[in-house]
Amino acid sequence: MSNPYAKLPAWVEYGLVPLINLAVAFLVAGLVVLLVGENPFEAAYHLINGAFGRGEYIGFTLYYATTFIFTGLAVAVAFHAGLFNIGGEGQAYVGGIGVALACLWLDQTMPWFVVFPLAIIGSAAFGAAWAFLPGWLQAKRGSHIVITTIMFNFIASSLMVYLLTRVLKPLGSMSPQTRTFAEGGQLPKLDWLLAIFGLDIGTAPFNVSFLLALVAALGVWLLIWRTKLGYEMRTMGHSPSAARYAGMSESRITVITMMISGALAGMMALNPIMGEQGRMQLDFVQGAGFVGIAVALMGRSHPAGIIPAAVLFGVLYQGGAEISFEMPSISRDMIVIIQGLVILFAGALENMFRPAITRLFSTSSRRAAVVAQTKGA
Amino acid sequence: MDSIAIELRGIDKSFGPVHANKNINLKVRKGTIHGVIGENGAGKSTLMSILYGFYQADSGEIHVDGKHISIRDPNAAIAAGIGMVHQHFMLVENFTVLENVMLGAEENQILNKGIAKARVELKRLEREYALEVNPDAVIEELPVGLQQRVEILKALYRRADILILDEPTGVLTPAEADHLFRVLEQLKSQGKTIILITHKLREIMAITDEVSVMRRGEMVATRTTAETSVEELAELMVGRRVLLRVEKGEAKPGDVRLSVDGLTVKDSRGVTMVDNVSFNLRAGEIVGIAGVAGNGQSELLEAISGIRRAVSGNVSLNGKAIDVTGHVDPKALRDRGLAHVPEDRHHVGLVLKFEECENAILGYHHDKRYLNGVFLNVDAIRRDAEQRIAEYDIRPPNARLKTANFSGGNQQKIVLAREMERGPDVLIIGQPTRGVDVGAIEFIHKRIIEMRDQGKAVLLVSVELDEIRALSDRILVMFAGRVVGERDPDATEGELGLLMAGVEGRKEAAE
Repeated sequence: MSNPYAKLPAWVEYGLVPLINLAVAFLVAGLVVLLVGENPFEAAYHLINGAFGRGEYIGFTLYYATTFIFTGLAVAVAFHAGLFNIGGEGQAYVGGIGVALACLWLDQTMPWFVVFPLAIIGSAAFGAAWAFLPGWLQAKRGSHIVITTIMFNFIASSLMVYLLTRVLKPLGSMSPQTRTFAEGGQLPKLDWLLAIFGLDIGTAPFNVSFLLALVAALGVWLLIWRTKLGYEMRTMGHSPSAARYAGMSESRITVITMMISGALAGMMALNPIMGEQGRMQLDFVQGAGFVGIAVALMGRSHPAGIIPAAVLFGVLYQGGAEISFEMPSISRDMIVIIQGLVILFAGALENMFRPAITRLFSTSSRRAAVVAQTKGA
Repeated sequence: MDSIAIELRGIDKSFGPVHANKNINLKVRKGTIHGVIGENGAGKSTLMSILYGFYQADSGEIHVDGKHISIRDPNAAIAAGIGMVHQHFMLVENFTVLENVMLGAEENQILNKGIAKARVELKRLEREYALEVNPDAVIEELPVGLQQRVEILKALYRRADILILDEPTGVLTPAEADHLFRVLEQLKSQGKTIILITHKLREIMAITDEVSVMRRGEMVATRTTAETSVEELAELMVGRRVLLRVEKGEAKPGDVRLSVDGLTVKDSRGVTMVDNVSFNLRAGEIVGIAGVAGNGQSELLEAISGIRRAVSGNVSLNGKAIDVTGHVDPKALRDRGLAHVPEDRHHVGLVLKFEECENAILGYHHDKRYLNGVFLNVDAIRRDAEQRIAEYDIRPPNARLKTANFSGGNQQKIVLAREMERGPDVLIIGQPTRGVDVGAIEFIHKRIIEMRDQGKAVLLVSVELDEIRALSDRILVMFAGRVVGERDPDATEGELGLLMAGVEGRKEAAE
């Protein structure tokens, strides 16, 4: 029931423990690099340099982070209500339809700040609709959301292939994508934001949807901890029987939570479609929905944790691309391994080092005098 | 001169800042039944866990039969002849009795030899200690009393000479408890040593030879049972004089507040749990529902409070019908003046991971005073919570502390404060003092009687017969889902016990 481990100071709980987990993940990743026959320190240099070395690199890192903030928030919102939404991938994919429709409709006649709000609404609406069905099926039919959302990812994928090869593709084009949007369908870059710090954005697609992601993070915090709906969601997440006792409708909360989660996932589509490519392509989500699960886990489902976790994964994506560019014997798959290790140590094995750390802190605080004599301290 | 079976010397154990056992000394004489009593959190379970090897003491020595030994894990405890019967049974529900008994002592990878040996040994134990149980019965099909017997057999099968029983009667009927005590007497006469951990003073008086009292991690006294009294033990446990029975005046029953007519409830498997139950609850009276756990009391409470849908029957609150067979909304019932203190505060009445103030509005979070539009009015919520904490003496007085960090008694006060403070017409209370220490019991009982004296109607369900008799103005006894009798609170325990066991009830119902 209650936490089996003694309570640790906040800086240890939220600072030291994740840092140790991260360090171990990198250590093991370093061993793998060594195994491939490359210098792990060189790889680490390229990772860090590739993520932060230039204004352009930072722009790319934050561009990826933007995507992961949206999908991380989506997973976190569902977590709070005790729902495991694995369908962020599909919801983001379908959310793209909303973005594309808004852009295709108005990009030639309206400026971006008119199209953007409509695209936000469109992406959220399509994402929410795609999450509504699994939510409704769980609430009314008891079909488990983990199963249905996974299946809905595949359905989304097939649906998008159909739409992008038959319906949304311009006539005569050979590639499965919409036409390129005019200026009204492209988001301005945040070059001025980086310029404040004296950085040059270069070709990086870091755009205003980053600000939207920050607003969404604040919104999620308000929703979860400051609204009646959030209170009901958390009650259900911790104890469905207490929610029933308190007169909360389980099916209503399930459906609403899934729709909010899907809307957040759907908004992810704004970043690549309007912010980078200026069109909707096949497979534009590229696994971001699944990375969102790791981001939410690492960030403890709290917006204040999700943002740094999203940046970390942004670093891994951007810096990882640089590694494979600079060190050809390390392929992109290597990056996936490093990401996997981070997820493994920060998520799944989160409690591995906790008992030792707890012991260290309880003994050091309680009997500082005896520590010198005890074995191994 | 009796020899000493177990001696603990200077046992000390801390969990972080919590000093659970402080320099504990205890001697248990061979061939006796030794009681260990204390309030919740006094350190009894920690001490026994150290003896059974679940925890290691920070300092101190354990001597068994005069030899200083170290008990690193339960295997070492078993090797030293110590067996433990846990409060929550450690049985594999879908295994047979035989399989459970030999679990962990199989001896061989291929089981058939071990099974044959275990069967013979089990027969011998049954004969020797009068512990009959069918070795091929599946655990989940056995009544609780027999499951406990299997736990005892498990310990004996491992050649335990010293048996530790942790709160063994919590789940038993009075008759089953009596039977258990006879088994313990039998074991004692065969030379076994028994340590009985309990918070029920009556059991201590009935069966033990000696009793040790723990309070706040310390062993405060050891007495020969024949030379002490319930009052003395209670005072030792709490550290001050306690009223074991709260004073209460005559009830002045008024109008019918809650009327239940022909209520029938089935569980998810379709088994009838509440069978055609009817009664009235009036303003200014406490009606107690006695019965062994699992005889439909829980389902009755759930149906009345709108958590569980009934199959048939009529319930009306303040003269207006509640649609118990259709969609009932607990929120609507709260608005109509029904408050409910659920039996299971850990999973139903509270969200343990919430801050105290968040639990103080559970179910009342629709209340306008706690909302600003869709947002929570955090200031109002905390202010109200702090006020309740002061009124109900909830400790520690911190509205932002996680609820799991409060003791059982204080958690229960959080629920009671929430449900009583709004002055409901009807208050339904399940197990008001389960897992609550003696000091808080007195407080809770007083509050319940205060509610009655203010003219509220109180429906009380408890498996503690003493509590039912102390508080109720009328007692209904439930057995197998039916109300099998109504008695005055001064009915004898034996009379109620027979009704609870379904013996008397069948005759009465037949008449």
